[in-house]
Amino acid sequence: MANNQHAAPAPVGGSLVNIVTLSCGVLIALMAAILMVRFLFGLGAVTGLNDGYPWGIWIAVDVVIGSAFACGGFSVAMLVYIFNRGEYHPLVRPALLASLFGYTLAGAGVMFDLGRWWNVWNMYWPWSINPNSVMFEVAICISLYIVVMWIEFSPVVLEQFGKRDIKKKVSKAMFFIIALGTVLPMMHQSSLGTLLVVLGVQVHPLWQTPLLPLLYLLSAIFMGYAVVLFESCVASSAYRRRIEMHMLTPMAKIMLGILAVFIVVRIGDVVVRGALPKAFVPSVEALMFWLEMACVIAPLILIGAETNRRNPARLFLAGILLMLGGALMRLNGFLIGYETGGDFNYFPTLAEVLVTAGMFAVEVLGYIIITRRFPVLPREEAIH
Amino acid sequence: MGTRRDFLKGVLASGAAATACAAAVPALARETRPRPPEALGLLYDATLCVGCKACVAACKESNDNPPEFSTVDHLWDTPLDTSGYTFNIIKMYRNGTMDAKDQETNGYAFMKTSCMHCGDPSCVSACPVSAMTKDPETGVVGYNPDKCIGCRYCVAACPFGIPKYQYDSPTGRIGKCELCRHRHKDGHYSACAEVCPTGATLFGRTEDLLAEAKRRLAMKPGELNRFPRGRLRPAQEKMLQGKPDGKGERKRHGWRDEPDQSYETPAGKYLQHVYGEKEYGGTQVLKLSAVNFEKVGMPDLPPDAAAALSETIQHNLYGNLIMPFAVLGAMTYVAKRNVKPDDESSDQEEG
Repeated sequence: MANNQHAAPAPVGGSLVNIVTLSCGVLIALMAAILMVRFLFGLGAVTGLNDGYPWGIWIAVDVVIGSAFACGGFSVAMLVYIFNRGEYHPLVRPALLASLFGYTLAGAGVMFDLGRWWNVWNMYWPWSINPNSVMFEVAICISLYIVVMWIEFSPVVLEQFGKRDIKKKVSKAMFFIIALGTVLPMMHQSSLGTLLVVLGVQVHPLWQTPLLPLLYLLSAIFMGYAVVLFESCVASSAYRRRIEMHMLTPMAKIMLGILAVFIVVRIGDVVVRGALPKAFVPSVEALMFWLEMACVIAPLILIGAETNRRNPARLFLAGILLMLGGALMRLNGFLIGYETGGDFNYFPTLAEVLVTAGMFAVEVLGYIIITRRFPVLPREEAIH
Repeated sequence: MGTRRDFLKGVLASGAAATACAAAVPALARETRPRPPEALGLLYDATLCVGCKACVAACKESNDNPPEFSTVDHLWDTPLDTSGYTFNIIKMYRNGTMDAKDQETNGYAFMKTSCMHCGDPSCVSACPVSAMTKDPETGVVGYNPDKCIGCRYCVAACPFGIPKYQYDSPTGRIGKCELCRHRHKDGHYSACAEVCPTGATLFGRTEDLLAEAKRRLAMKPGELNRFPRGRLRPAQEKMLQGKPDGKGERKRHGWRDEPDQSYETPAGKYLQHVYGEKEYGGTQVLKLSAVNFEKVGMPDLPPDAAAALSETIQHNLYGNLIMPFAVLGAMTYVAKRNVKPDDESSDQEEG
């Protein structure tokens, strides 16, 4: 039913040493050096953080935006297994792989940012936990989801090493793991938005609403599809494979459906709460709001028509715009639209940017190594 | 089997699950919590403050905090704001020629910055590991570094910008006023109130302090009135009754005996507003001022605490995990139908 008409996944093969992997290596080495300084001398030694901006890009970008970019696995798995659209099955493994890296690194990134990381076990200690805390919910769900995704991905590794018996056992429970893999991201992606609610009046009215959980969930889903569009285009161009237009074109239509719901809720909420006039006050916040709006509305024009959705360049661009739009909403809520009062300023230091770049480098490098050596992408005669 | 039919089933199942959950979990709003009845706090009266900063020094000493320098010679403790090492500070408002105290234009005024000990604190709601807690009796918002993971959600959440982190240390802690709760067992109360020479910072039960604040608002500006210093007396009298055996409450609230330190001075030109009476549902530290509170750095806050809304959303979505389990059940049901053939086929293909 699901994927019997598709080619089985196979390793892409080829050399692991090239300009991309080497650049990733350099970025990762730089990150390691900076993190050593951070753990020896404290957060202040490498970051621009202060008490007015206690969270910087390591939280807003690496964790909040990074984990939303990692929603491809969740969005596609929903489509294939919950809505039984088996025709998208070949997209599952590559999307899951990217999600696996995105989330695992977001989890690791949190550790770099925690000022008292050795106490982190309290997050799972029944006598310490605080179920009222939104962050507690986020942390538990993300931790569980990382484990769930590794199990979801385990058949790939087991296949490669010929562990057929274990793979069969895992496969029997897979339906439950997949169900968990859809519920957990729904829970924490929405809660990543709820994180801002307790910040109250400190968050600009354009980004502070009780509907934050819904907005963050809807945007995480369309960002998930957008990332798959982006990755499919990049992977086919980098590995010189055919672009999977027969899957990407209809998937983009589903993505636009979610996007339309999001836009209605987003604009409706701003209007109903009476926050719209704030979008016309000349300010950085208003500018960022319109930039964010432009990024989510433009794809409707760009690929709204069926014929335009058959154009890979347009799909690629729409994917990038939606990733950017969702990212901007998060950046705006967590940093740009956050104001504690007092003379605080934050701009990420070079060291912070390099650590964020290093994290993305780990993802890219990991994706390359695994797709070249493990059966992730659909089998195809490479052109090179 | 028809893919489209299964697709519709998936849509229906998840839609039904979501609706069922929304119906099963009543939308219970968590109201803003009031202060506990025996809540302890401070009353800061800006019109009595002379800006001597004795409270800043006493706070440093009581909390074993190092000096912080802002001048080139590094001689004196001169913090410019509260920090991970400074829990209390007196800030100054200046305008124009600074002719007179407590005057908004061409005047100056003082304002104390320290923890407000909210009735419904955002920091306590935010903290994922219960390192920030509110004492159910005294209402003091305390910090436990042995649990703290240093996530700084409390720093981000506090509308007063009170919890602060020590960014310069690899083992940095959160620093904030805990109302000198570590000195209570010896009969000492908040050091800032203990040393205040004019009674501008007064310690006591918040309920008594609120009554005292209202007494002051009713005074005629410039008229001679009696003002207490150190600890507000009604607090002592009520607390010392304790339990019949003379233990219990008495032990905790048995403040040291002090001579009556009250004195007579002209009343200030108060704004008719007790800051902290209603802000965020009420705080345990209350403030009086002659100059607009926002101008002296106190934010204009709604009467409902953000923690109440945040926890309402959190518990309506995840209370007793009803909704997550209902959705998980629906997803498992649908996934079980759709996943199985996939693995068989992929096995066959490779076999």
